[in-house]
Amino acid sequence: MMELWQSFVLGVNELMPWFDGNVAAIVIILIKAFALIMPLLLTVAYFTYAERKVIGYMQLRIGPNRVGPKGWLQPIADALKLMTKEIIFPSRANIYLFLLAPILAIAPAIAVWAVIPFDEGIYVTNLDVSLLYVLAIGSIGVYGIILAGWASNSKYPLLGALRSASLLVSYEIVIGFALVTVVMIAGSVNLNTIVADQQGGMLNWYFIPLFPMMVIFFISALVETNRAPFDVVEGESEIVGGTHVEYSGMTFAVFFLAEYANMILMAVLAVVMFFGGWHSPFEGLGVLESAFAWVPGIVWLLAKSTFFMFLYLWVRATFPRFRYDQIMRLSWKVFLPMTIVWIFVVALMTQLHIGPWFA
Amino acid sequence: MSSEQVIFYILSFWFIASSLAMIFARNAAKAVLFLVLGFFSAASIWILLEAEFLAITLILVYVGAVMVLFLFVIKMLNIDKSTLRAKFAGYLPLGLIVTLIIIAEMTLVLGGAQFGLEVMPSPAKHGADYSNITVLAMQLYTTYVYPFELAAVLLLIAIIAAITLVHKKEINRKKQSISEQVNVSAKDRIRVVSIASPSKENK
Repeated sequence: MMELWQSFVLGVNELMPWFDGNVAAIVIILIKAFALIMPLLLTVAYFTYAERKVIGYMQLRIGPNRVGPKGWLQPIADALKLMTKEIIFPSRANIYLFLLAPILAIAPAIAVWAVIPFDEGIYVTNLDVSLLYVLAIGSIGVYGIILAGWASNSKYPLLGALRSASLLVSYEIVIGFALVTVVMIAGSVNLNTIVADQQGGMLNWYFIPLFPMMVIFFISALVETNRAPFDVVEGESEIVGGTHVEYSGMTFAVFFLAEYANMILMAVLAVVMFFGGWHSPFEGLGVLESAFAWVPGIVWLLAKSTFFMFLYLWVRATFPRFRYDQIMRLSWKVFLPMTIVWIFVVALMTQLHIGPWFA
Repeated sequence: MSSEQVIFYILSFWFIASSLAMIFARNAAKAVLFLVLGFFSAASIWILLEAEFLAITLILVYVGAVMVLFLFVIKMLNIDKSTLRAKFAGYLPLGLIVTLIIIAEMTLVLGGAQFGLEVMPSPAKHGADYSNITVLAMQLYTTYVYPFELAAVLLLIAIIAAITLVHKKEINRKKQSISEQVNVSAKDRIRVVSIASPSKENK
């Protein structure tokens, strides 16, 4: 095995001498990316199943239960159906941009995962400005929706895209300001450092001093991912399906994947920022801590994220859709002033060295 | 060539190609997208120079916000290309002169005399623990704190000025009171009238 590997490295160096023997690094990155993306896509598939089941039970229905035992093969069947469907291009639409749109939606949704720390030392890359990277790459996803609306050459997609552009830009500012408070406590924009700083039990997690920011972050995440009750971008009752109207088959499936990957990402980010990331909730509790010491950190991270993913579904089954102008008002007149006030509150708490967070 | 050089040349090629494509694109939306590609190439070159904070900020601010608003505006404009091209020949000489002056100025300023290797040696490589953002923050908040804050105040003034310019007087503005809307009850909106049934009267 080692010999085969070494001959492979030598061969690559001979063919492409400008690699400087960096082959191993590149192969390792590729393996890491593969190990991240495959489970992610599987999670997305079963998240859609969970969504239909959970909302089904909340509405006193059963949900999908026909394909496979208890409907477990439903997402696979859905994927197969979407893959074999015909892709229809609207007449006089801009084909290049029409096809570029789903790519621009999925690429950032997956690229963001590169900097997420799953456990101490488990990440694809440890970027020094990883929080800014998440915000920057996350903000590119809006191009997919805007282009989809524009390139479709159709009325409803254009309306959906206009709504989405203004919504996403305004809520990005809110998310940015809310995360400034996290950066102020941690003293770093590196996600690894932010999680490491929350070590030492539940009292050290940031959701206690930043509770309003946590709520604002979660609500803004609902808007950013176009989820109910803020799904005016799709808004079936008003603009049919918004930006997705003209997309069929695999092109639609890619948008779908991107939306759910973003939802999972936002849930994981909420845990990383406010709920101690990979840290066990039993830290510093004596017997309980040692009893649960064998559980790897990634399990805690995923368990906490699952709660937030469930919240998405719960919210969707509970609330009616917001009116468009009320969503805008919520962002600019309610959330933004609140975040700015809380930045000053955090500054004051830092000066007074309150609690374990500002020691 | 080292791998870094190869990456640099690929990125530079993309940068120049996308900038040219942006200028020559006939479709305004495509021009914006090529500009975005140009920003990405520029940001990647900055990352090669270990200026990751600047690179990420370029993407966050320009790609994530400014260009989105550009696309937003372009979508709503109905640009008539024939009127744009009508006066092309008339403006051509003036345009050429301005272009030549700009090229001359750029070569003078950015030429070897100011930016040659003797004047500005290539920056030293730092280790993995070097944090560009910390160094930048130290500079911004200590040495350059007054220019930094002045720039921030200028931006604030610009925001207030823009809002004041479009702010209409109370008479022209439609205003809604959210608390009134929320506290409305069925009694305020509908009136139930009981009307005697005519069919009974006829009997």
